[in-house]
Amino acid sequence: MTLSNLRLLLTVCAAGAVFAAAALGTAGSARAEEPSGEMLVNTCAGCHGTDGASLGPAAPTIASLSTEYFVLSMKGYQSGKRPSTVMARIAKGFTDEQIKAMAAYLQSKPFVRVAQPFDAAKAKTGKALAKKYCESCHENEGRTGEGVGVLAGQWLPYMEFAMAEFRSGAREMERRQAKKYEELMADHGEAGFTAILHYYASVK
Amino acid sequence: MTMIDRRTFVALAGAASATGILGAPRIARAAGPRVVVVGGGPGGATAAKYLRRMDPSVEVTLIEANADYYTCFMSNEVLAGERAMDGIKVSFDGLRKMGITVVHDLATAIDGAKKTVTTKGGQTFAYDRCIVAPGIDLIYDSVPGYSTEAVEKAPHAWKAGPQTALLRKQLEAMPDGGTFVLVAPPNPFRCPPGPYERASLVAHYFKQHKPKSKVIILDPKDSFSKQKLFEQAWAKFYGFGTSNSMIEWVPGAKGGKVSKVDVASLTAETELDAIKASVLNVIPGQKAGRIAFDAGLTEGNWTPVNKKTFESKKVAGIHVLGDASDAATMPKSGYSANSQGKVTAAAVLALLKGKEAPEPAYVNTCYSIAGKDHCFSVAGVYTYDKEKNALTEVPGSGGLSPLDASDADRKRELAYAHSWYRNIVADSWG
Repeated sequence: MTLSNLRLLLTVCAAGAVFAAAALGTAGSARAEEPSGEMLVNTCAGCHGTDGASLGPAAPTIASLSTEYFVLSMKGYQSGKRPSTVMARIAKGFTDEQIKAMAAYLQSKPFVRVAQPFDAAKAKTGKALAKKYCESCHENEGRTGEGVGVLAGQWLPYMEFAMAEFRSGAREMERRQAKKYEELMADHGEAGFTAILHYYASVK
Repeated sequence: MTMIDRRTFVALAGAASATGILGAPRIARAAGPRVVVVGGGPGGATAAKYLRRMDPSVEVTLIEANADYYTCFMSNEVLAGERAMDGIKVSFDGLRKMGITVVHDLATAIDGAKKTVTTKGGQTFAYDRCIVAPGIDLIYDSVPGYSTEAVEKAPHAWKAGPQTALLRKQLEAMPDGGTFVLVAPPNPFRCPPGPYERASLVAHYFKQHKPKSKVIILDPKDSFSKQKLFEQAWAKFYGFGTSNSMIEWVPGAKGGKVSKVDVASLTAETELDAIKASVLNVIPGQKAGRIAFDAGLTEGNWTPVNKKTFESKKVAGIHVLGDASDAATMPKSGYSANSQGKVTAAAVLALLKGKEAPEPAYVNTCYSIAGKDHCFSVAGVYTYDKEKNALTEVPGSGGLSPLDASDADRKRELAYAHSWYRNIVADSWG
């Protein structure tokens, strides 16, 4: 037996020991009546990527979302308050408790930022505008924020869909969001708005 | 590791445990548990990947005959010329990077008593639990005159790869004014909306490049998946319902059942008619993949399983998922197989540890493309019903895209379909 084989054997033995301990430790414990957050989120991955990290471009990354925002989104899909093509049909398949479990699991997962095409000049303009009009809620360059989606490195086509829904009135803006949006449009118009989306798409 | 190395290794590991390192005599073998997965489609690949994700100590071997996998999903876009063959080709490198041993060989036997899988190449793999995801096999003689040889002249293209490339080549070579005849399969079969998406996308190709051509679907059935949505799209794009329709659907009740095909003359005979095709696509009846029969896992054409664990009801220690299983309420789709792969991985892991399988959750989502910027979906959320050993769709959830959806929503569903493709491929194959 070579040294590397021996090392492998020891590693595997150690793993086996952990394995046995885990089996003993949980023997006799009651069966979970509800699927775990992980089990539930596994059902999202076909469209939203493994652990909610989407390779996009139309389906958003849902990893790392605040639990508040995830729950709000799913409840919004269920009630129809948030428009969708397929999400209403899927959201209606889960209970409040299940949605909370999914939210907790997803919040613990990293937002994987995948390089995507964006317009560099627009992104540059958008950076200053985002600071002025968006940063108060979409904090830390759009990475965090209470009860809001993650914009930093989010897929551009998805953000365009979402904003089209807000702008058509199909999806209701929060009061503060609507105020900021109106200010932005009055000051910089369509070009300013597009620039902001390209900026968020560019954030690494 | 060769077989001899493995035996030596297991013997040594066993000796190590006997010296009291483990202190648990039931798990005498100190190596991580061994799971052999037969079949590298979305079901098998997902199960293999998620096993390693959930517990990296599990030794996972995936046995798949082909060096690359071609996804059936999006293969109709290849037929329409909208996607290259490379656009449905998937490599197994992602799974290898996760530490899965990928063996390109054909599994020829599974011995449920000895717990071994044997291959055509003469290799034998021992397992603690086995996952079988063989997909479908075709029942060639469900269409008299069709055969394993006939596929070279009249492709089925119901397993993606060379058959897809062949059918595309035939469609490209077909002169304008030709007739594409699609012989649709009886229920149940892989990808229920697939034949109708295929008819749509071939018509989409004809409309642009061969506008005098026709698509005729000869169907033994009187209804099909997403029918109203397809018919609406066909009316919108291809004149369906008029005397000049590019697509004609002949249901069983109107003589759609094909009694015989003559592959030499590309003719499909029904009770009422003999239709000469320029390109003949025969999709025969289907059953679980061959290894499921050879391993004694089947009852009728499919494999009965415990719906919580996908463990076979015929042979203990073997799990069967995806198209081959009798999880009938979930459509035989790539998404179903992917979802079942994760449930199976979690169950296998728990059972290996002597625990009860965790409460499962399953979803299916399936997109169909029917014309330019025109796509719709079906979705389903399923729970496990222990009393009935059934997968039950959550009441009030799931279902089809609405008939009155806007053009913008149809276009958006196409963007979601393409997004879905990238995510499901990465989620399944690493």
